[in-house]
Amino acid sequence: MSGAPTFEPQSAPAKWLESRLPIMGLVHSSFVAFPTPKNLNYWWTFGGILMFCLITQIITGIILVMHFTPHVDFAFASVEHIMRDVNYGWLIRYIHANGASMFFIAVYIHMFRGLYYGSYKEPRELLWILGVVIYLLMMAAAFFGYVIVWGQMSFWGATVITNLFGAIPLIGDPLLSLLWGGFAVDNPTLNRFFSLHYLVPFLIFGVVILHIWALHVPGNNNPAGIDVKGEQDTVPFHPYYTAKDLFAIVVFMIFFAAFVFYMPNALGEPDNYIEANRLSTPEHIVPEWYLLPFYAILRSIPDKLLGVIAMGIAIFVLFIVPWLDTSKVRSARFRPLYKQFFWLFVADCLLLGYIGAKPAEGAYLLIGRFATAYYFIHFFVIMPILGLIETPKPLPESISKAVLDKKGGGGGASEGAAASADKSA
Amino acid sequence: MATDHAEEPTRRDFLYIATGAVGAVGAAALAWPFIDQLNPDASVLALASIEVDLSTIDEGGAVTVTWRGKPVFIRHRTEAEIEAAKTVDISELRDPQTDAERVKRPEWLVMLGICTHLGCVPLGEKGEYDGWFCPCHGSHYDTSGRIRKGPAPLNLEVPEYAFIEDNRIKIG
Repeated sequence: MSGAPTFEPQSAPAKWLESRLPIMGLVHSSFVAFPTPKNLNYWWTFGGILMFCLITQIITGIILVMHFTPHVDFAFASVEHIMRDVNYGWLIRYIHANGASMFFIAVYIHMFRGLYYGSYKEPRELLWILGVVIYLLMMAAAFFGYVIVWGQMSFWGATVITNLFGAIPLIGDPLLSLLWGGFAVDNPTLNRFFSLHYLVPFLIFGVVILHIWALHVPGNNNPAGIDVKGEQDTVPFHPYYTAKDLFAIVVFMIFFAAFVFYMPNALGEPDNYIEANRLSTPEHIVPEWYLLPFYAILRSIPDKLLGVIAMGIAIFVLFIVPWLDTSKVRSARFRPLYKQFFWLFVADCLLLGYIGAKPAEGAYLLIGRFATAYYFIHFFVIMPILGLIETPKPLPESISKAVLDKKGGGGGASEGAAASADKSA
Repeated sequence: MATDHAEEPTRRDFLYIATGAVGAVGAAALAWPFIDQLNPDASVLALASIEVDLSTIDEGGAVTVTWRGKPVFIRHRTEAEIEAAKTVDISELRDPQTDAERVKRPEWLVMLGICTHLGCVPLGEKGEYDGWFCPCHGSHYDTSGRIRKGPAPLNLEVPEYAFIEDNRIKIG
């Protein structure tokens, strides 16, 4: 990225520090002077919102651990102790519990934004893959956290999810004992999940740094999906996007606070306020909302091993999305067919989420099977074929021109623009 | 040494590989304690068997006991249930087993109360075969605890147990 002014320390202490550890220069070039496309819309603020979510979860989590007891006899009671006895314990726990949901709302918007604007395409494949790694770690962290409060859904969720590994031929059973530290989900399981629940957020933090690093090599994608041609296409990150991101974070905090203060249990399962009972499975067990689509896929396959494999592919397919999409055009703005299939895919994911929350029987099972089939068709059939048969709309010549010409479509020299977008990296 | 052909292994190549191999074996040996500590410990294994008094369970009744942290169903089956379990055509079953292979005495059915799909506890006297029904993902078991319908691959597992008296069994 050209045109970024380099950081010049002014004071003597700053000069002393900078010559030994050039950290101020790193921050300056990454978050102050960093040239950012000037046409980013509000869908691009979710990166900052996600950073806010991660920090919120880490801070509230560290505080909760000060009052929590990771033992089967005390875990559930200590959560109630946090809710009733600890000063503002209710607030901190509700922020942490709802924070997990907020984190997933933000990450799903962030991911769908990437899918819509083709942010995973060359040269940002590794950036996307690191994002999928973060998403996997988030699912692990959320699962461990949900288990350690030791309610009924915690226990039976842990039982069902760990049993997925039992579907692996030959090594399934010894692997289960290894995961559980016993013959069923029990105190050793609770202890190790607690340990991992504390670890994973810091792993996420590490991968987030790699994610930002990988972002800052090619720079941001943008709603037009074309490359930055020069300084006239960018603005410095600060104050333009620091201000925009902060404003978005404040709006997001209002949404967040509405849940924390007015409907703190709306996204949870009432059964998790019953202490874990190993002799009785709740009538209707479901995971938290953010895992429901994958749960629906698992249940729609009437075979244990194949169901687990289908669910695994449904998640891991995200890693190869950069190579499944054969179109050279990034943004769905200029892909009339992909745009429609994108929204169909969003609808399919929401439908799978709805089906995942319903009992696996009758019409739900049938709809779930169609929705599952469509999920895979989207990735393995529609994405590769669309790129070959679709005629994209003409791309604007540059970001500046697209911004000035509000309609977005530049007309004229479209082929040249598309070709130069392909060459540059 | 300088005259050696490039593709011919040298003493140094051998030393590199040997050092690497010793290092890899050492790392694997050191890794094992860190993996094995996840396995069931001595205090968990110490609770490996229990005894149950059957005299208090009437015909048609059932109890659930905990063994190794898992529920065990002990059901005193009625004549009708035994008959239903015996008359099933074995060739129709997903996990073929005769009723006789699953019980030591026909009136007592002892098995782990853990669905072989993903480990939920099935509900008794429910489902299409009046045996057990798993609420999680809809597996139906018959009066012998055999899988008949739904995603579970296997029959409910019969644990190792023995009659130590007429009305007393030892599980494990």
